[in-house]
Amino acid sequence: MGRAEAEAARPTEAERPPFQVRGSLHTLVTLRLLEPDHPALMPQLLRKIAYAPDFYRDAPVVLDVGPVAARPPIDLAAFCARLREHRLVPVGVQNASPPWLEEARRAGLAVFGEGGHATAPNPRPAAVPVARGAAHTVRQPVRGGQQIVATAGDLVVTASVGHGAEVAAVGHVHVYGALRGRAFAGIEGDESAMIFCDRLHAELLSIAGVYTVAEELDPALSGRRVVVSRRGERLVVEPLD
Amino acid sequence: MAKVIVVTSGKGGVGKTTTAAAIGTGLAQRGHRTVVVDFDVGLRNLDLIMGVERRVVFDFVNVINDGIRLNQALIKDKRTEGLYILPTSQTRDKEALTREGVERVMEELKQEFDYIVCDSPAGIEKGAQMALWYADEAIVVTNPEVASVRDSDRMLGIVNSKSRRAELGLEPIRAHLLLTRYDLDRVERGDMLRLEDVVEILAIPVLGVIPNDPLVLHCSNLGLPVILEPKSKAGQAYRDAVARLLGEDVPLRFTKPERRGFFDWFMRRSA
Ligand SMILES: Nc1ncnc2c1ncn2[C@@H]1O[C@H](COP(=O)(O)OP(=O)(O)OP(=O)(O)O)[C@@H](O)[C@H]1O
Ligand SMILES: [Mg+2]
Repeated sequence: MGRAEAEAARPTEAERPPFQVRGSLHTLVTLRLLEPDHPALMPQLLRKIAYAPDFYRDAPVVLDVGPVAARPPIDLAAFCARLREHRLVPVGVQNASPPWLEEARRAGLAVFGEGGHATAPNPRPAAVPVARGAAHTVRQPVRGGQQIVATAGDLVVTASVGHGAEVAAVGHVHVYGALRGRAFAGIEGDESAMIFCDRLHAELLSIAGVYTVAEELDPALSGRRVVVSRRGERLVVEPLD
Repeated sequence: MAKVIVVTSGKGGVGKTTTAAAIGTGLAQRGHRTVVVDFDVGLRNLDLIMGVERRVVFDFVNVINDGIRLNQALIKDKRTEGLYILPTSQTRDKEALTREGVERVMEELKQEFDYIVCDSPAGIEKGAQMALWYADEAIVVTNPEVASVRDSDRMLGIVNSKSRRAELGLEPIRAHLLLTRYDLDRVERGDMLRLEDVVEILAIPVLGVIPNDPLVLHCSNLGLPVILEPKSKAGQAYRDAVARLLGEDVPLRFTKPERRGFFDWFMRRSA
């Protein structure tokens, strides 16, 4: 996750300035480029978008080029155009070496803080981090149309999740109430992440990209307290009581 | 301290305007100076249901945009003491309302009234958001059917996040459930959701259950808020709801089948 900051400016002349500059912090999606030329990059990215479409839709994206900083840069303008076609909004680069910086400027991208590891290229994909602990707790019902994402660790909801609502976490998703909307655990690829809920009425369950929809769920499990986990390429829903 | 109450719903046609007229009238009947404001710009139903449509000269939009004074637009109700109506425009669209304009009018109304009841347009878009922007409390009007309940759930998310209170970090809007057009026969048959089901899903306190009542349509055709019709069960249920809004503890009515005596049975058979 990246952050953006701006300095506050002070108006000097007019009493009511036409604009204000405010510093603010935002959560950004970081796309870490490991093999930018790999033919499977776009298809795999699209699959990822497909299982949490609302999470990625129009999301501002920072390209972390650290792993490939020592290689010659790719055509970033063209790459960004393809991301935009899929409703991602590239806004900047991170961990760029001077040639990549040059390329980023040409593509109209901002440059973000170096984030500590603008080091040697990493030829192999990094292992998926396992992040646990209640990073994010929600005590109100999550209503239809709302979306809650724990961008690190687990998500704990101590109320119900309504139809048409989405809850997502890098780690586990816990719902101490009815789960009527969609739940996504392990959104960064942690296949050992799980979904827990007190009353199962979910529209969709997803763990690290493997998902199942309401129609495929065993009706006998409807309304039960369950844990959902991933075994290989399928999800297993088990009653807890 | 004046209170701003928005009557809202996600789905259209669930009974918001009927409710705004009834609750507004009921609050005035109980001695509180009340104004009912029509936020449904472009449709203008409220003045019709309250029977003042032939007295509209200026409206809410004129007050916001055209320098018309509030006193020139407010219509005094002839039947109920202390009740006023601020009608809306039929010729403008929802873009005519701005947050600054709404805030200015609301602040001015708060000087004169105890309760400001806002009739909202349906939907979750700008018009509905404008109506709830300044609210202290929300009456979420819901029918006992799945689509309406889901839309109310969505609306509650917006009530919690897109109000002035939410943006200023003040205490959130207090939301109440008003279940309307409750038809016991259809609930018993399983064609409609039960009160308990709706409460389970929406998880907010119940302000009232208004039975489905043909007199509602009859009254609105006459321009009479249904709460003024003593024979109407819906009117009685609205009176209970007003009492609860004022903090009184009134048991729910019309939520369980009445025990039918032989006489009822006889009347039904021979009807
Ligand atoms: N309790 C009730 N019993 C029977 N009919 C009712 C009841 N409440 C409302 N109605 C009828 O439902 C219809 C819609 O009511 P109303 O205009 O109050 O809804 P609304 O939510 O304001 O609609 P809109 O979203 O179009 O503004 C009207 O015909 C009205 O007479
Ligand atoms: Mg209406």
